[in-house]
Amino acid sequence: MKPRRLAWWWLLIGLAAVIFALSLIEVVTGADDLASSGTLRAAMVATVPIALAGLGGLWSERAGVVNIGLEGMMMLGTYGAGLLGYHYGGWAGVAGAIVLGMLGGLIHAVATVVFGVDHIISGVAVNIIALGATQYLAGLTFSGLPGGGQTQSPRLGSVGSITIDPLSGGLGSLEHRDIFFVSEVAALLRALVTNMSWLVILAVLLFVVTYFALWRTTFGLRLRSCGESPASAESLGVDVLRYKFVAVLVSGGLAGLAGGFLALVASSTYRDGQTGGRGYIGLAAMIFGNWRPTGLLAGSALFGYTETLGLRQGGTSVRALLLVLAVLLVVLAVWLWRRSRYAGGGIAVVVAILVGGLYFTIDAVPGDFTRMTPYVATLLVLALASQRLRMPAADGQIYRRGSVG
Amino acid sequence: MSPRTARLVLGVAAPLLALVAAFAITSLVLLLAGDPVGLVWSTILSVPEPRNIANIINSATVLYLSGLAVAVGFRMNLFNIGVDGQYRIAAFAAAVVAGEGWLPGALNVVLTVAAAVLVGAAWAGIAGVLRATRGVSEVISTIMLNFISTSLVAYFLRRVAVREEGSNIVATREIPESSRIPGIPLGSGPGSEVYGFVVVAVLAGIGYWFLLNRTRFGFDLRATGQSSAAAVASGINVKRMTVAAMLVSGGVAGLVGLPILFGDAYSYGSTFQSGLGFAGIAIALLGRNHPVGIALGALLFAFLGEQSNPLQILADVSPDIVAITQGVIVLTVVISYEVVRRYRLRLEQQHVAQQLAEQVPA
Repeated sequence: MKPRRLAWWWLLIGLAAVIFALSLIEVVTGADDLASSGTLRAAMVATVPIALAGLGGLWSERAGVVNIGLEGMMMLGTYGAGLLGYHYGGWAGVAGAIVLGMLGGLIHAVATVVFGVDHIISGVAVNIIALGATQYLAGLTFSGLPGGGQTQSPRLGSVGSITIDPLSGGLGSLEHRDIFFVSEVAALLRALVTNMSWLVILAVLLFVVTYFALWRTTFGLRLRSCGESPASAESLGVDVLRYKFVAVLVSGGLAGLAGGFLALVASSTYRDGQTGGRGYIGLAAMIFGNWRPTGLLAGSALFGYTETLGLRQGGTSVRALLLVLAVLLVVLAVWLWRRSRYAGGGIAVVVAILVGGLYFTIDAVPGDFTRMTPYVATLLVLALASQRLRMPAADGQIYRRGSVG
Repeated sequence: MSPRTARLVLGVAAPLLALVAAFAITSLVLLLAGDPVGLVWSTILSVPEPRNIANIINSATVLYLSGLAVAVGFRMNLFNIGVDGQYRIAAFAAAVVAGEGWLPGALNVVLTVAAAVLVGAAWAGIAGVLRATRGVSEVISTIMLNFISTSLVAYFLRRVAVREEGSNIVATREIPESSRIPGIPLGSGPGSEVYGFVVVAVLAGIGYWFLLNRTRFGFDLRATGQSSAAAVASGINVKRMTVAAMLVSGGVAGLVGLPILFGDAYSYGSTFQSGLGFAGIAIALLGRNHPVGIALGALLFAFLGEQSNPLQILADVSPDIVAITQGVIVLTVVISYEVVRRYRLRLEQQHVAQQLAEQVPA
């Protein structure tokens, strides 16, 4: 048990280190929006849908079913939230999102688990069907409503949020006093106690529940064994197909909720194309996180944060990131040199000089480039981080009942 | 029924069954939504006019190239989701090269095609190199590269674009008249011309078949796809094959936008058709990575897409309904193939058992 507890502590220490680094960068570069409570809150809202979609991916892939259809299930979720959220209020919208997402999961489960179709094919089909279905249904149900149209719903009901007033005010004044590191920590805490959507809290709970359900219960052990070695699991009496089926359904529900979050919290209307590829990003975050909830959360946060930076005072904030990148490259170069890998070290130094030079020659990064920050950051982290990812051993393999022989 | 005729019947039955099932499911959706089912199908399944046939062949050409690009990766177990970004960035580069018109007439076309293939290959190559050297999953990297290419193209488009008077459309300079590829007339009447580039698409299909089935490279590629361990054992450099396969896939993806560029749009603008890469994935899957199968899949998708256009006017039904049909077809086709495969296996087993029983003297 001990190493696990250590891992959670490390998460907190890592968070503090990140905040400290951001404070330092703010001082050095003068980009003061890197760790403001506004940025952090927006980053949280950007992170949650990706994290939830990734959590959906985690459930199904831990049971051995690759789920490229997350994007489609998210789309169904946005529509479910739009339809029920408009007619019956916010929480009905949440339910609608989950149910429609599960419907997408059902298609995927029937195709992959019952009929043994290739998982990628089925996922792609789910994406196509969901895109067509949501656009078709949106035109059918939202056009003619006040404020609605062929491609978007009227304003949806809210799920509500909480603000802890005294704390929020006090932390706000602390944040504005601009004390090194202290203000940034205050900004983070303030983002957590101000206008905190209930759906964000629900998402955090789902992460905790997932962790315990999959890693601390018999059910979870059996489910994961279906993703590692279904034949052995079946020989021990586990009903592999049923576990896979349930996992894909849960996966769909979570992806649907991720879509519902986009419609209900991030924008408060349904729009066509609202998911914008976040289902794929969630899948990427899950792989990035090595098929673990904590890693997945870190990947989603990295993505949500850089996406937010690009959208807010993107020019100056992303320019500050260039300096960070240059410094990191120098560190990498030193590390490579000490391991006598001179060629790699040399390349790192050259790139570091180029990036650093870019930082000093421009005042702000053009808008088109700030928008690509999250994608470039993800690529860079994956390329530079050592690749010790291990996916579930039987992930993506088709399993037929009775394969034990 | 002898095993051979049974195989033939089942081979035809599987796709037919799939189509019928897909139509039935779509009808069910229409019924539940309260839309006129009969009118929708009579519109979609009506005989297309020459103008519509030309449109169908044109969009099938584009979809076919996209499907081929995806299929190259699939044959090696590489999932190139990035065809979408690759063809857009390649089409943009091609439009710039063609618009500048450094070379006269047909030479300009050759130069443009080369530029498109190179840019598409290079963009896909990034994912290939990352996979080979750093072990980054090509699924993630190509998704990221799709988004990056969108921003990159938007940035450079703003740099090089010429703005038409009184219009919001931003586009590259138009291709000179001498370097446009003339259409092939398909009967008389306006708009009934097929892209001249369809010839290149057919050649690409033949090239795909030849490369994969008749060359050492193709053999290595398929071997790596089926078992990378066996490939390594037989002396194939899997890393080099990964990069090579991504380069070929990206090169073909570079061709995807060209029929539109040379035959219709003549420039790359903010309204250039997008999303063709994702359709290509479905079509490659539908055609089971076979050059003829992909062609059939592309024609089917193009047919449904073109025939659904008048739905909004004639039946007051959103044409998006055919996307449901298209997705369901992808699913039902693979399901019916799987069911038929199992059924055939059982037939063969019975047949063999029967023969064995006859041989044994009683």
